[in-house]
Amino acid sequence: MPETGMNAYSTGGVVKVPGTGTSTYSKVLILIPALNEEGAIGDVVRRVKEVMPGAAVVVVDDCSRDATVSVARGAGAEVLPLPHHLGLGGCVQAGYKLAFELGYQYVIRVDGDGQHDPADIPKVFETLRGSECEMVIGSRFLNGSENGTSVLRAAGIRFFRMVLRPILGKAVHDPTSGFVGVSRSALEVFSRSFPLEYPEIEALVVLQRRRFRFIEVPCRTLPRRTGRSSITPMKSIYYIVHVLLGVFVNVLKYERRIPKESRRT
Amino acid sequence: MDRLLNAMTGLSVLLILLVLVSVRRARIRVEYSVSWLIGAVALLVLSRSHDLLNSIAGLLGVTYPPLALILLVGCVFLVMFYRFSVIISQLKDDNIALAQRVAILEYHIRACKDQATTS
Repeated sequence: MPETGMNAYSTGGVVKVPGTGTSTYSKVLILIPALNEEGAIGDVVRRVKEVMPGAAVVVVDDCSRDATVSVARGAGAEVLPLPHHLGLGGCVQAGYKLAFELGYQYVIRVDGDGQHDPADIPKVFETLRGSECEMVIGSRFLNGSENGTSVLRAAGIRFFRMVLRPILGKAVHDPTSGFVGVSRSALEVFSRSFPLEYPEIEALVVLQRRRFRFIEVPCRTLPRRTGRSSITPMKSIYYIVHVLLGVFVNVLKYERRIPKESRRT
Repeated sequence: MDRLLNAMTGLSVLLILLVLVSVRRARIRVEYSVSWLIGAVALLVLSRSHDLLNSIAGLLGVTYPPLALILLVGCVFLVMFYRFSVIISQLKDDNIALAQRVAILEYHIRACKDQATTS
């Protein structure tokens, strides 16, 4: 496992060698998947760099048709532009693969639309570093309510909480959160195998099947700055069916043979 | 019955021609044309051979022979669709992995160029 430097290099005068910088956050890569987010991405990158000085900030651009790439670079982010549109899962996995290759120990993913408050990133990081969990979820609903979400989405979230509870062996309040921190061991798994469409829920099951642990920390959600959610009411139905199938396919995979008592919860 | 079988014959001939033209124009790779051609030729033979079709209908317990032909064709195409779904899924996985690899390599190249420029 490359602790430092195997694939590292310097760019723009900033040495990008994970773990060798003086900053607390030098082993952290902030991953921001983005698609047509030129209106928000600049502020998101700047805010992330303010709260996580020394951390690498990589925007993975899923073939935006606007100026997302140039705005992100202008704000000081590294950009990983995909050659063609891969969807959210493929986009995030590309970032995970890059982070794994570069030897980063922690990756924290935030959305490029500005809905996740960057001020919560240090909290996610400290929890990830201080706990023995492989994944930390920035949860919007840790108190059990779904304020600020549509009725349909809230119903979907409740439904998946119910489905996931027996599979994960513990409650998850915000299974659809895109504000997620992962350790290097989870990064290794995700760089090899990551759900491609609507990945958040399935990713939890992928990790659980490998006996990894997760924890939720409360995080704030900000109003979307630009654009709108890609999940429409019609797509919600497809989403539920698709994710449900994905969850059960992952449950049925070979890891089911792991004895229950040996699983870490 | 004859009219339906004639329609099946016409359909199979059209399918054979379509596949051959597509292969000639390189729109279908040869390996993927084989299953279509086998299915189309089988349809052609069965629709023209009443004795063979009657025997198969008898084996299946179907009293109306063209229905047996439609059932067989349906089964063959179902298997083909499944096979193509497997192939498409594999291709999509490969395509995504390839696109990610290209993006990461481009990222490394850009970083190396930046490094060369600054040093």
